[in-house]
Amino acid sequence: MPEVTYREAIRQALRWQLEHDERVFLMGEDIGAYGGSYAVTKGFLQEFGERRIKDTPIAESVIVGTGIGAAMAGLKPMVEIMTINFSLLAIDQIVNNASKLHYMSNGQISVPLVIRMAGGAGSQLGAQHSHSLESWYAHVPGLKVAVPATPYDAKGLLMQAFDDANPVIFIEHTALYASKGEVPDEPYRIPFGQAELYREGDAVTLVGYGGSVHQAYRAAQKLAADGIEADVLNLRTLRPLDTDAILASVRKTNRCVVIEDDWKFGGFGAEIAAIVQEQAFDDLDAPVLRCSGADVPMPYNGALEQAALPQEDDIVALVKEIA
Amino acid sequence: MAKMIEQQAPFHGSATTPAQRLELLRTMMRIRRFEEKAAEMYARGKIRGFLHLYIGQEAVATGAIAALRPDDYIVSHYREHGHALARGLDPNRVMAELFGRETGVTGGRGGSMHLFDVGKSFMGGYAIVAGHMPLACGLAVAEQYKGTQRIAANFLGDGAVNEGEFHEALNLAAVWKLPVLFICENNFYGMGTDVRRVSAVIEVYKRAEAYGIPSEQVDGMDVIEMHDAVARAAARVRAGAGPAFLEAICYRFRGHSMADAELYRSKEEVQRWRALDPIGQLERKMRAAGELDDATMQRLQAEADAVAAEAARFADESPQPARESLMRDIYAPADGAKADA
Repeated sequence: MPEVTYREAIRQALRWQLEHDERVFLMGEDIGAYGGSYAVTKGFLQEFGERRIKDTPIAESVIVGTGIGAAMAGLKPMVEIMTINFSLLAIDQIVNNASKLHYMSNGQISVPLVIRMAGGAGSQLGAQHSHSLESWYAHVPGLKVAVPATPYDAKGLLMQAFDDANPVIFIEHTALYASKGEVPDEPYRIPFGQAELYREGDAVTLVGYGGSVHQAYRAAQKLAADGIEADVLNLRTLRPLDTDAILASVRKTNRCVVIEDDWKFGGFGAEIAAIVQEQAFDDLDAPVLRCSGADVPMPYNGALEQAALPQEDDIVALVKEIA
Repeated sequence: MAKMIEQQAPFHGSATTPAQRLELLRTMMRIRRFEEKAAEMYARGKIRGFLHLYIGQEAVATGAIAALRPDDYIVSHYREHGHALARGLDPNRVMAELFGRETGVTGGRGGSMHLFDVGKSFMGGYAIVAGHMPLACGLAVAEQYKGTQRIAANFLGDGAVNEGEFHEALNLAAVWKLPVLFICENNFYGMGTDVRRVSAVIEVYKRAEAYGIPSEQVDGMDVIEMHDAVARAAARVRAGAGPAFLEAICYRFRGHSMADAELYRSKEEVQRWRALDPIGQLERKMRAAGELDDATMQRLQAEADAVAAEAARFADESPQPARESLMRDIYAPADGAKADA
C-alpha cells in the first residue's frame, strides 16, 4: 500500500469528490490562487477552475453561511475555514443554522456540508492560533465531528463526510499534515462512530483523538518497557461517539485515561469520564483520569507551550498512579 | 399637478393590471386578518413564545412576492407570517405552527419565527438578526453554479444593518455577482431602539451602495410601488447583473412582539403612520380608479375573516406532536445518492 502524508490523503479525497460529483465545490480563504494555508488544495484552482474552487473574502460567517445555503439548494459544498480559531467568527452559522435547519424545518431541509478546519497547538503560534475546540462542536446536536489521527483516517473519514447528508465539522491537526502512513489509492470510507483500537493491551485504556492518539501511543510504548500494556483507542469521530468501543476496552482493562490537547475544564475528556462512570462503574478499579492541556491561554514561548500541552511523560506518570 | 394626476390615474406608470391589484388587496387583507386572529389567539393562551406581528408592513411582502417567480427562494426574518402567506403557504398550517401543532408547516418544531415550506421555495424564517443573509447568498451561489434563472429574495429588518453578517453578505454578493435581491424593511426600530440612536448612516440603501450594489429607497407602505420596484430589480438580478438592494420604508402598527409596552414611541407617531395604512391606501386608489366597489370590498373582508377563523379552528382542533417524536429529524438519513453508487 502506498505511503502518503496526511495532507496528501486529504487531497486524494477532495480530488476524488471533485472528479466524481458535479455537486461538489470548494470554497475558503486562500484555497485557490495561494494554494491553501496548509497547501491542502495546492494546484486545484488550475486543475478544476474558478467555478469549483472559490477563493473567498476573509469573512468566516458568510463563508460558512454560503456553504449552508448552497447545501440547502442541493449542492455538496466543502468549506475550508483556515484554522479552527477563525471558526469562532462563524459559530453563529454553524450552531444556529447548520446544526438546526433539519430539525427546525421538520426534516424539509438537509445541510450536506463539509466544514474543514485545522486545529491544535504546538507550533508556537500564540494564544489566538492554538485552539483545540473540538468539544465545542461535539456539544451540538445536529453536527457530526470527525477528528482524523492518521492519513488513513483522513482520507476515509473525509470520503465519508461527503456522503453524509448532515453538516460535518472535519478537524485536522496542524502538527499532522506532514505525517505519513499507508493509504490505499482507491476510494474507501470509514463509517462515523467507529473507533479504532490503535494498539492493544490489557492494563489500561488510553483514549485519544486527532493528535493525542500519537502521544498516547508513544506513552504506551514507554509503559510497555515497564511491563504495562495499554489499549490505545483512536476515537476518529467525537459525534457520533463510539461509546461501545470505550466501554469494551474499559471492561477489559478496568482503568481509563483520556488524553486531550483541549483545556481540562468542561472538555471532551470530562464527557468520556462521565460516560465510563455511568455505564461501567463496577468495572473500574481506579478513577478515570484526564491528561489535558493546562487551563491557560496558550503562551508563545516554546518551553511554556510544551508545559501547557500533555506530554508522553505526563501520560506515563498518570497511568502509573493507577496501574 | 402630480396630485391631480394621481387622483385621475392613481396607477399611472405601474406594471400592474386591475386583476393583479385586486389580488394584492386580497393578500394584504388576508395577512392583516390572519395577524389579528393570531393576536387574539395569543391573548387566549393558544399561542406561546414570541409572536411578531406584521400588521402595517403588509405592502412589503405582498408587493415584493407578487413580483417574484413562484420558484424564487424566499429567506425571511422572524416577522415572517406575511411573507409566508404572500407566498401561498396554507394559512391553516401556518396558524397550526403558531399553535405548535403536528399539522403546522414544521410540525410544531419551528414556531412563529421558523416557518418553512421548501416545496414553495419558502426557505424559512430566521431569528438571529442578519444571520440568514449568508444563507440567501448560498442559495444564490447554488443557482448561479447550476446556471438557472432562479433568484433568492432576502428580507431583512433595519436592525440587521449593524451586524457583521450584513456587511459580509453584501460584499460577497457584490463581488461574486450573486442573483440575490435584498429587501430591507426599514420600520425605524430595531426592537425598541430608534434607528437614529444606533446607526451612523440611517439611509440603509446608502450602505448597500457602498458595496457597489444598485440600491433604491421605496415607499413600503405603497404595495404598487413595492411591486413595481421589485419587478424591476428582480429582472436585473435574474438577467445576471448581480445583486440589488431595496430599502422599503414602512412601519409596524403593533409592538415589536406581544410583550412590547411601546415605551419608546408616541401614540401620535403611530397614528400618523396609521393614516398611511397600506390597505387603506390601495383601497382608496382602486376606488378612485373605478376598480373596486362596496360589494367587492365586503366580499374580500368576509373572505379574509373566514380564512382567519378557519385557520384558528383548524389549528385548535389539530393534534399536539407526539412526545415520542421529540428526537426525530435531528439528523438527516445518510445520503442515498452516493456519487459512485
